[in-house]
Amino acid sequence: MKQFFSFIKKEFYHIWRDRRTMFILLGMPLAQIIIFGFALTNEVKNESIAILDQSKDAASSQIINKISASRYFNVTALLHNPDEIARTFQTNTARIVLVLPSTFGEDLRHVNKAQVQLVTDASDPNIATTLINYATAIITDYQQSLNSTAVIPYQINVQSRMLYNPQLKGAYSFVPGVMAMVLMLICTMMTAITIVREKETGTMEVMLVSPVQPMKIVMAKAIPYLLLTVVNITNILLLSVFVLDVPINGSLILLTGESILFTITCLSFGLLISSVTDSQQTAMMISMMGLFLPTVMLSGFMFPIENMPLALRIVSNVVPSRWYYEIVVAVMIKGLGISSILKQTLVLSGMTVLLLSLAIKNFKIRLE
Amino acid sequence: MANDIIIQTEQLTKRFGDFIAVDHISFDVHKGEIFGFLGANGAGKTTAMRMLCGLSLPTSGKATIAGFDIYKKTEAIKRSIGYMSQKFSLYEDLTVKENIRFYAGIYGMSNKYIKDKTALLLQQLHLEDEADKLVGSLPLGWKQKLAFSVAIFHEPQIVFLDEPTGGVDPVTRREFWNLIYEASAKGITVFVTTHYMDEAEYCNRVSIMVDGRIDALDTPVALKENFSAASMDEVFLQLARKATRNDS
Repeated sequence: MKQFFSFIKKEFYHIWRDRRTMFILLGMPLAQIIIFGFALTNEVKNESIAILDQSKDAASSQIINKISASRYFNVTALLHNPDEIARTFQTNTARIVLVLPSTFGEDLRHVNKAQVQLVTDASDPNIATTLINYATAIITDYQQSLNSTAVIPYQINVQSRMLYNPQLKGAYSFVPGVMAMVLMLICTMMTAITIVREKETGTMEVMLVSPVQPMKIVMAKAIPYLLLTVVNITNILLLSVFVLDVPINGSLILLTGESILFTITCLSFGLLISSVTDSQQTAMMISMMGLFLPTVMLSGFMFPIENMPLALRIVSNVVPSRWYYEIVVAVMIKGLGISSILKQTLVLSGMTVLLLSLAIKNFKIRLE
Repeated sequence: MANDIIIQTEQLTKRFGDFIAVDHISFDVHKGEIFGFLGANGAGKTTAMRMLCGLSLPTSGKATIAGFDIYKKTEAIKRSIGYMSQKFSLYEDLTVKENIRFYAGIYGMSNKYIKDKTALLLQQLHLEDEADKLVGSLPLGWKQKLAFSVAIFHEPQIVFLDEPTGGVDPVTRREFWNLIYEASAKGITVFVTTHYMDEAEYCNRVSIMVDGRIDALDTPVALKENFSAASMDEVFLQLARKATRNDS
């Protein structure tokens, strides 16, 4: 046991003395949460809108007031003729322009039917669609406020409720995604690299000649990274609750337990990588290509799995972070209990057992 | 004489597929001896040594190390040997003291014993002032000497040195050999592979491997006589020229 502790102590020295790496390991998760939480968001908030009001009457100014009063839009420009629309997009003054034709107020009063036009810069199609939706909602709202005083024909009002994330915040999906990414990166890549480094420097050889059991060496390597991961998860959760306002709706204990399970999956993966590679560079490449990219692309965190072609949907099943991502979303965001994530938990456990036994089988006690 | 045999091999062989890296070698090493294990690159030295250390399993043949069978008693063998690999094998990001502590800890030595012995060792190596410096900051020669001292810190019966003086200047090599003599005087058997023929002269006995076989084994003096050569260099060249394997 004393031997084991001296191993763990040594690993801490390695991490502690390599300040740059340590800083990255602890800082990266925070940076990612903040970047994903604030910058990389597809929410609409204070979006600039330009307005071409050719009608200039009571109705049109009511609509304009409604738009500028909403927290989604800021009216940044009032245009005077249609030629200015293109320039608005070219100079990035706004990404959406509302055009109220000169007949707008009149039509509304006399024909009970008026048209407005929304023009968007669709070079980013997702944002364009979102902006249209928000603007349409405001205009519909105005229309209904008019209707409340008039006698009108049959009408169906769609009332939508966004459950679990009523404000449609991006952070709700980024936090679980970043958690999966960070765990994978630190546990898998760092374990793989640190073991392979010992092979490269020849210290592994000396240890294999010594009476110490090889599994002990490996376990001792995993423990510091497990601790580092716990620190990182705590940081991420604190940030998400207090800075990003993403609540932990489910049981914290369940979330922690599942995170530890996933950490062990990742450690086993790292171990497996280290047992089949001989250079740090290869280990890093395999970790990046084999884990990091699939985590970003195929876990469902960036792109919905349901929309992928069949082949990719099948591949996504073997990406461990996909299952972990589903678990975090279920527990943290939806507040569900263990019964709803039984399948995911079982898949992860199965993967862990498989990876770990492969790793142990491949771990070479003897050099060839 | 048979009692003081500490390494004994009989027809020891290692194959990698069709390639016979070590071809039925048989030799004995006596206790306290400095045994030079020579051969050109690719002659099979490192493979043979790895089998003796338990890093590699022989394909066939027998061997005992310190009286323990290499197939059955690997744990006991590991406790009786020290090993210094071809690559520099201390942690550059740990201090001199931490390295000693760590390696001594592997062998399960008590804290007090480690502490006392570390102080003594640092004094002998004149490294007292460097004790808390990172090993990475030391010159190569000092590192090598430290690595050797760490390899025999747990007082093994045999120490295996795989080209310990590669890339070291002649003065430091000389000092390194003084450490080897000291260890040998304490009764530690030294099994050393080397490329330097002047170092071969320092050994009690020398074996020369060619193409996986041991072609010559004797004291340096006897070898020079048999091959009517003026130096070990010539002996080695005469034998190595017969090699059919490529350098690799």
